[in-house]
Amino acid sequence: MSVYGYLVAFWLVLAGSFGIVRSRDLIHSVVCLSVAQSGTYVLLLSIGFQTKATPPVYGSPPSTPTRSVTDPVVQAMTLTDVVVSATVTALLLAMAVQIHKRHGTLDPDELRALRG
Amino acid sequence: MVALTVVGLAGTAVVMTVRTDRQAVALAAFGLSLAVLFMALQAPDVALSQIGVGTAIVPLMVMLTVRKTRQSR
Amino acid sequence: MSRTARTVMFAAAGGAVAVFAVLAVVRLPAFGSPYHPYRDHAFLAGVAHDTANLVSSVNFDQRGLDTLGEETILLASVMGVSVLLRRAEDEEEHDDRSVGWVLDATRLGGYIILPVTVLVGFDVITHGHLTPGGGFQGGVVVGTGIHLMYVAGRYRSLERMRPTTPFEWGEAVGAGAFAAMGVAGLLVSGAFLANLISYTGFGQLFSSGTVALLNGAVGIEVASGVMVLLAKFLEQAIVLRRREDGEK
Repeated sequence: MSVYGYLVAFWLVLAGSFGIVRSRDLIHSVVCLSVAQSGTYVLLLSIGFQTKATPPVYGSPPSTPTRSVTDPVVQAMTLTDVVVSATVTALLLAMAVQIHKRHGTLDPDELRALRG
Repeated sequence: MVALTVVGLAGTAVVMTVRTDRQAVALAAFGLSLAVLFMALQAPDVALSQIGVGTAIVPLMVMLTVRKTRQSR
Repeated sequence: MSRTARTVMFAAAGGAVAVFAVLAVVRLPAFGSPYHPYRDHAFLAGVAHDTANLVSSVNFDQRGLDTLGEETILLASVMGVSVLLRRAEDEEEHDDRSVGWVLDATRLGGYIILPVTVLVGFDVITHGHLTPGGGFQGGVVVGTGIHLMYVAGRYRSLERMRPTTPFEWGEAVGAGAFAAMGVAGLLVSGAFLANLISYTGFGQLFSSGTVALLNGAVGIEVASGVMVLLAKFLEQAIVLRRREDGEK
C-alpha cells in the first residue's frame, strides 16, 4: 500500500479535529489540537521518505556525502515546527488557566453562555 | 508500516480519552510512538525534537494545568 | 451552536475533507519513491557549504529566514505565557512544606543525571552542524535537564537554582544574536543571513561557518524559553493559591 503513510497522516488530522468538536473540556481540545498537528508532521516526513535511504547527516560516522538520503528540507521544516507548536500549546494552556480563573469553568458550551 | 499503524491507534486513543489527567499520559505515549515512527522514516533530528518536546514538556504542562484548574474549583 | 449541531456539521465537512484527501493522496508520488527534487538541490547547496548535517544546513543556511520567523514565534508565545500567568490580585504565594516523599534512588539518580543531561544538551547544540541535533533539540534537552531538580528534589531547590530573570534575558539575547548575525550578513555581503565565516573542512568542528553560531544562538534561546515556560507553569500550579475569602 504505497499511500498508507499519507492516509494515516490525514486520519490523525481528522481525528484531532473530531476531538476538538466533541470536546467538553478546553484542555482536552488543546491536546486534540496537538494530535492534529502531529498528523501534519507525519505527512511531511512521509513525503520525504525514500526506501533504503539513510538520514541526511554525514558527520557521524564521518562519511562521504551520497545523494540517496531522505529529504532534508521537509525534516528541517518539521523539526522547528515541533518545538514551536509546543510553545504555542503552552500559550493555549495558559489561556485555559486564565479562563478558569475568571469564569470558573472549562466547558466550552458553558463558556458560550457567559456574556457581558 | 507497523509504526504508522501504532501511531494512528495511539492518536485515536489520545482523542478518545476524556479525563485530561489520563490524556496527558496518553499524549506522552503518543509522542514516543511518533518518535519511533520518525526514526523509522530516517529522520533523527525530528525524532530528537519530538522526544524532548512531546514526551517531556507538553504532558508536563498539561498535567500542571489540570492540577491548577482542579485546585481552585 | 449546540454540540449535536457541531457534530453533524463536522461529519459533513470531515467527510468532504476525507474524500478530497483520498483523491489527492493517490496522485502523490508513491511512499518511498526516489523522486525528491528539493532534496537534490539541498544536497548540492549543503555540500557546497561544507555542512555535514544537511538538515541544519537547510535550517540555518539555506532557509535561515524561516528559522528566524519560527524562533520569533517562540519568543512571542513565551512572552504571552509570562503575561498570562502572572500573579493575580486574589492569589498569594503559598509556602509548600508538604513536599511528599521521593525515593532515595530517584533522588540519587536525578542528581547524577542532571549534570550529564545538561552536558549532553550542550554537546547536541554545539555539534549541530555535524550530527543530528542543533539548537532546537539541544535547547530542549538543556531546559528539561535542569528540571530534573524538580523531579529528584524539592521545588524550592529548583527555584533557588534558576532565578527567572537571567533566563528571560537569555532568551532575548539568543533571539537578538540571531537577528544580529543576519544583519551582519546583510552588511558584509548584501544578503540577509548570508554565510560569512569560512566554512571549509567537511566534517570538522570548525566547518560550516555561521551555521554553528546560529545553532548556538537558537540553543540559548530555546533553553531559556523552555525554562521560563516550565517555571511559570510550575509556579502557577504549586506556589500560587487563591487567597481565602476574608483575607483580602
